[in-house]
Amino acid sequence: MRPVAVISIGKTSFGAFADRDLRSLAVEAGQKCLASANVKPAQIEAFYLGNFAGPSFVGQNHLAPYVAGAMGITGVPATRFEAACASSGSAFYHAVMAVAAGIHDLVLISGVEKMTSQPTPRVAEILAGAGDSTGEVRAGATFPALFAMIARRHMYQYGTKREHLAAVAVKNHANGAKNPQAHMRKIISMEQALNGKPIADPLTVYDCSLVSDGAAAVLIAPLERAAEFAGMPVRILGISQTSDHVALDAKDDITTFAAVRTAAERAYRMAGLGPSDIDLAEIHDCFTIAEIIATEDLGFCKKGEGGEFAAAGHTALTGSLPVNTSGGLKAKGHPVGATGVGQICDLVLQMRGEAGERQVAKHKIGLAQNLGGSGATAVVTILGGVA
Amino acid sequence: MGVIYTETVVHSAPEQFVHEAPYQLVIVVFDDGGRLTARIAGSDRVVIGDRVEFDHERDGVRFFRKV
Repeated sequence: MRPVAVISIGKTSFGAFADRDLRSLAVEAGQKCLASANVKPAQIEAFYLGNFAGPSFVGQNHLAPYVAGAMGITGVPATRFEAACASSGSAFYHAVMAVAAGIHDLVLISGVEKMTSQPTPRVAEILAGAGDSTGEVRAGATFPALFAMIARRHMYQYGTKREHLAAVAVKNHANGAKNPQAHMRKIISMEQALNGKPIADPLTVYDCSLVSDGAAAVLIAPLERAAEFAGMPVRILGISQTSDHVALDAKDDITTFAAVRTAAERAYRMAGLGPSDIDLAEIHDCFTIAEIIATEDLGFCKKGEGGEFAAAGHTALTGSLPVNTSGGLKAKGHPVGATGVGQICDLVLQMRGEAGERQVAKHKIGLAQNLGGSGATAVVTILGGVA
Repeated sequence: MGVIYTETVVHSAPEQFVHEAPYQLVIVVFDDGGRLTARIAGSDRVVIGDRVEFDHERDGVRFFRKV
């Protein structure tokens, strides 16, 4: 396996864009990415697209060549990856494997989702397609409901409080307010976070990530060729994708994501690093409880102490381990298929020292964690500073 | 017969269940060790640890009530 680097990044803003379609978003992100590396579409050897539900949200299938063709990329493998909210994390993982194995050199990976053209109950129904349609979904589960049940159990077993969940929301909104590409650039108070409209008890609207449109792209290449391209390359030190049961009731312990633990273990081993080496992380906060559990599963704090870890400020911009400096899915937005690659883009910005108002002081080693469904897919990536 | 492993009251329901909201969704652990995502019948409410028994079935979904 040869070392691989992220050569360049490109992102649209995340938000609700009534006048934008799926393809125009994906093309904007891809073209920004190619332009910043000064790479022509004809140089791209494969196109990997992460998208969760384009066929349901916008009625378009065959999405990878549909997007690639619009960028002038033809005559290469163009493939869509679907792994719920980890769709583009999965696309990224498989692209990195192909480059590491020597199959391709220059690979473009994109993620895109266009969600806001559907009414909320229909969005909930489409998203529920990432759950078990013959069990939990038939019984009336939505994703907020599944994570609400996870939160209830975590509260019961470990004494996690509503205030801990709210602390995550307040922090991520504060970070998002500093991100010019975030969907919601609005600071919220603890009191607001605690008194939001109930969605699925104990989760309120402030515990839930946003329904967004958006796209993100990254260009990767073998490290040995990184110097040929414009911009600052960032090394991929470790990466792993793992799976678990789709149905929540098929898991023995729902207060932990087994797939995240396994993916983290393998990514740390590949990188030769451990949790204490990580300077900052982008974590899959589809719900506030998910960020709390991920900080435990990634080894940043002890099991059951994730709530207190967040409430004590350790994960704030100025904390010992800043988490979701971008605003996270909570405030930056969560165009489902774009989220995994979006996390990589946000980490790369920090690691290059280009994150502006939200730039953190220590940014040599970054970790991204992307979660699909209620934990059936997990992708963990460790990036290692400017190559 | 079983015990409530976890629960939530769903306020924001998917299209199909909007007319039923709010409703309580639970994971029941049966005495034989099996687990199932199910619903609580009517407007009864349960918490983690409560014992429940089968009430009725509708469209393949089982509804339970507090013992």
